[in-house]
Amino acid sequence: MSLVNSFSQGVITTTADQFLNWTRKSSVWWMLFGLACCAIELMQTQGPRADVDRFGAAPRSSPRQSDLMVVAGTLTLKMALRTKVLYDQMPEPRYVISMGACASCGGLFQLAYSVCDGVDKVIPVDVYVPGCPPRPEALTEGILKLQEKMMTETWLVRRPAVGAQA
Amino acid sequence: MDAASIHSRLRDKFADKILSVEESVKDPFAVVDGAAIRELCTYLRDDEGLSFDVLTNQAGVDYKAEGHVEVVYHLYSYKHRHYVILKVRVPRDAAEIPSVESVWKAANWLEREIFDLLGVHFVDHPDLRRILMPEDWVGHPLRKDFVEPEEYHGINTTRESLLR
Repeated sequence: MSLVNSFSQGVITTTADQFLNWTRKSSVWWMLFGLACCAIELMQTQGPRADVDRFGAAPRSSPRQSDLMVVAGTLTLKMALRTKVLYDQMPEPRYVISMGACASCGGLFQLAYSVCDGVDKVIPVDVYVPGCPPRPEALTEGILKLQEKMMTETWLVRRPAVGAQA
Repeated sequence: MDAASIHSRLRDKFADKILSVEESVKDPFAVVDGAAIRELCTYLRDDEGLSFDVLTNQAGVDYKAEGHVEVVYHLYSYKHRHYVILKVRVPRDAAEIPSVESVWKAANWLEREIFDLLGVHFVDHPDLRRILMPEDWVGHPLRKDFVEPEEYHGINTTRESLLR
């Protein structure tokens, strides 16, 4: 039996997981975390032309209010330790986008003595956005990819702790 | 005033402190005695005819083969619109130079950077801490014999690169 048109107006059916994921993906609050020139593109992404706010992605200035950390720029070893602290301060569920070549692999500066080549050496990364720096369209696409990933989560099933054997 | 006349004024005033001068290159410079650098800089700043009021740059170079570290002072006078370059050479294993922070405040961070990256100790600097590298970093990265540690606080620093 099809559910279409079987209820009166204003009722939709969904699964609990899908509903939770939909609410979650529709309010991805990201932390302002610009480290280098990628931060300029990050600001443009928030600006009126790209406007990620239409996908529910709003900037927050505190990790404690954020769902998403966009690591935008070259990660130095000095900053890597602080990045870990900031990530630990974010409430779960939390996501990380590695924006640009530097955050993903060290980029141009990967052989420098002071540079951590890849933020994934410090914190887990969900989406990598390539580019040097990525255009706002690319970062928007990254956020959309992250939303796709969020829609596959199952919250009503107990998940094993990170690092634990399944 | 051109470099040769600035150098000759310095020679007149500090005869034995000026170790050598090079005037045939594009940027003429004078190699001076490190122990007298503050005295010399104070004179360069305060003398009416010279009045070098700006330290435009201060940099360090490691000459491993020659066994010394060189600190270069680029001075400029807005009043007379002339430049002078001073160089100080100190042995690599006992790199100590009096700080010129009391002469130009601009030297504060520049000397911290040279200390951080090359390990030159600036005597009487008010705040000689690392400025670029993490506080607990070991070694001075721009020394030619610097060996990069394998890891830093659990972060693997071995680079996966085609260049190696």
